[in-house]
Amino acid sequence: MFPARVAREMPHRYRLEAAKCKKCGAVFFPHRLICRECGHREFDTINISAIGKLISYTIIHTPASQFKDESPFALGICEFPEGVKITAQVVDIAAADIKTGMDLQIEFRRVQTDGHAGVIGYGYKFVPVI
Amino acid sequence: MTRKVGIVGYGAHIPRYRIKVEEIAKTWGADAPSYKRGLELWEKSVPPPDCDAITLAVEAAKRALKRAGIKGSQISSMYIGSESHPYAVKPSGTVVAEAIGAVPFCRCADYEFACKAGTEAMYTTLMLVKSGDIEYGMAIAADTSQGAPGDALEYSASAGAAAFVMGAENIVAEIEYTTSYMTDTPDFWRREHQFYPQHGGRYTGEPAYFKHTTGAAKSLFEKSGTKPSDFQWAVFHQPNGKFPMRVGQMLGFKKEQMERGRLTPRLGNTYSGASPIGLTAILDVAKPGDRIFMVSYGSGAGSDGFIWRVTERIKEVQNLTTQTFTLLDEKKVYLDYGTYAKFRHKIIKND
Amino acid sequence: MRDVAIVGVGMQKWGELWEKSFRDLFVEAALNAITDTKVPKIDHMYIGCMSGGLFVGQEHVGSIMADYLGQKHLAATRVESACASGGAALRCGFIEVASGMSDIVLVGGVEKMTDVSGDGATYALATAADQEYEVFHGATFPGLYALMARAYMERYGATRDQLSAVAVKNHDNGLNNPNAQYQMKLTVQQVNESVMVADPLRILDCSPITDGAAALILCPLSRAKEFSDKPPIKIIGCGMATDSIALHDRRDLTSLDAVKLSAEKALKMAGKTINDVSVTEVHDCFTIAEIIVSEALGMFPAGKGALACTNGETRVEGKFPINASGGLKSKGHPVGATGVAQAIEIVHQLRGEAGKRQVKNAKIGMTQNMGGSGGSSVVHIMEVA
Repeated sequence: MFPARVAREMPHRYRLEAAKCKKCGAVFFPHRLICRECGHREFDTINISAIGKLISYTIIHTPASQFKDESPFALGICEFPEGVKITAQVVDIAAADIKTGMDLQIEFRRVQTDGHAGVIGYGYKFVPVI
Repeated sequence: MTRKVGIVGYGAHIPRYRIKVEEIAKTWGADAPSYKRGLELWEKSVPPPDCDAITLAVEAAKRALKRAGIKGSQISSMYIGSESHPYAVKPSGTVVAEAIGAVPFCRCADYEFACKAGTEAMYTTLMLVKSGDIEYGMAIAADTSQGAPGDALEYSASAGAAAFVMGAENIVAEIEYTTSYMTDTPDFWRREHQFYPQHGGRYTGEPAYFKHTTGAAKSLFEKSGTKPSDFQWAVFHQPNGKFPMRVGQMLGFKKEQMERGRLTPRLGNTYSGASPIGLTAILDVAKPGDRIFMVSYGSGAGSDGFIWRVTERIKEVQNLTTQTFTLLDEKKVYLDYGTYAKFRHKIIKND
Repeated sequence: MRDVAIVGVGMQKWGELWEKSFRDLFVEAALNAITDTKVPKIDHMYIGCMSGGLFVGQEHVGSIMADYLGQKHLAATRVESACASGGAALRCGFIEVASGMSDIVLVGGVEKMTDVSGDGATYALATAADQEYEVFHGATFPGLYALMARAYMERYGATRDQLSAVAVKNHDNGLNNPNAQYQMKLTVQQVNESVMVADPLRILDCSPITDGAAALILCPLSRAKEFSDKPPIKIIGCGMATDSIALHDRRDLTSLDAVKLSAEKALKMAGKTINDVSVTEVHDCFTIAEIIVSEALGMFPAGKGALACTNGETRVEGKFPINASGGLKSKGHPVGATGVAQAIEIVHQLRGEAGKRQVKNAKIGMTQNMGGSGGSSVVHIMEVA
């Protein structure tokens, strides 16, 4: 997890910055250089809302090694009012209580760390709305 | 010209996991009732592995911004006090500043002074605003402290954060007086590369906590010409449920003044967060005109004193976002000792 | 464009082939294909391989395989489209011959997956997903397909038993395929009770980690008789499409648009409809994948694919036989080789050499090879010339 790679994604991972096409209004997370819908090249920066709706989830039992201590954990896709969908872990909730269609809130958490001595990769996870 | 400055927005964050004194006592063959009596504490908050002082600080900061009614980009200083900064070298403040969009024109360095690191950050931020050099600054107290397995501190070391936007406009609690009382007193410390702190047992009481807390408190009374009955609320550093009540009563405060801000019995000791989170709980229900007496304590040792006066605007902000008691009392998840030990990285694994 | 024929095929029995190296696996399959024909030399080679680099630290796959195949100075390139690498390599080979650029083209696929730990394989496979926005957060391939499975089951009422039926059918077919990695009968109950991997998908819903290679020889149809006495198999349609890399950016979690579009292109080129197709090999990396793909190909309406399998419609004797070879599930899934092996199965089916798993009167065959969670799909349609 090289530092440059971590730093580049901070606007997305820390602030949920997305790009809204100035021509057709399509929203992209992370940002794009060219609109996938209309081909326009200019965007406004917007921040995605804190609360989204869960459209599907799974409980992962066989993760990659960085996540072994967290296993099993829930992973879900939430849809946000801006029209964008995001994949993240669903935490602070028992697996049996997760239901598609429920509202979830974005919270700032550690997502991955590069071992005991490497950079900490902060980002977003979904939690039950407080 | 003396600029009126104070808290413009405030917020806390507490992870939802808890562990009971009974569960810890059971593991170490200790007598739970005597710990509960002796510490006046029955459960504490536990951060999951994906929470640290920085993540708690970010969530508290977002709440403070909501109540302040300003954008992150308006923040010109970011000082976080903690004794569990995730990096030994690389500030916590830069991550929080980046997360709220305060970068790049923002002053920053991390604060460390055991449990008073956060209140020192609050003081500095207030003075920066008062000097006129900045309009809004953020001071945060955040910790996910460790207690050594089987040690008395394991029952109380917990996690939480409180954040304050300081400014000169739209104040909800004006700062009237501050003081600080500090000596070199080695009551509790952690050497570099040690995982857990060490402490002087009973030496942490009278010559440390009580001496500095009462020293700062008396200085505040003198500076302000006040007495305990002038205050609606009092909040002290609270390493356990007993010390703040004892020092408060020694100073002449009544139980009713101190109860709201004394969260340790069910939160544990959030170290830097202790009196600041207590302050947020008070602000959630304070009325315009209320005066709050606050004295923190950090081992090493020192106490910061504050006298706050709540303004009319407090009523507009209390319900703008999650209140501290909601974070403290709702949707709690209780852990067994094994899960707690795993969450707190107390289990040795081969790498 | 010239007509293109497949005149030779070759592979080996797939599995955890500890004794066979990356280069030996490929060369063995390629030599089997070459000796299935009378070709004097190869003019060009395309090799499907998802990640020689991550699995065995070897890139420059075209060069090393040309070298070890004994084809000095042969023009050769590796083609990559994650798990659709084999299909994509076939498409390149097809275009190479159809355009007149080369006459005899070897299309191969290879993956050596057991020289890394399970973790290493999971890491390598995850590079087919969105590294920064899916994998960074802990997504795995079973996890992504599980997200699709849950959405599909909740929307259409598909059941756990219906997913398991796909695995059972493919294992039944694999029993009749001597090259299959796993030749073992499964029951619905066994699949239902197998260990959970990513809820709701269990280990027996998932295709395995496999070492293996596959190869075939293409030539202009007009020259097929020079190189083989067996019936030449003509490629009549070829279509490829991509979709967003991240599952969350797809139009609908229960559809696979890349599959639908690649199939439409191929069928249009072939001048056929799905009802004309006698036998199909699809990309059943997970049981749910086969179900959704079968709908995307137009075999069944949306939401009806799960029931169709349970009702036997996709068995060898059914209306739309799918994965007579045993599919990825039973045959194995050495990633880069899969797309080529799918074509090999169709060749056997159309030549009438598929033995106990032969689909009766197989006239037109189709292969559908998919990358990642549906980020790419390649479809080929073939008939006996």
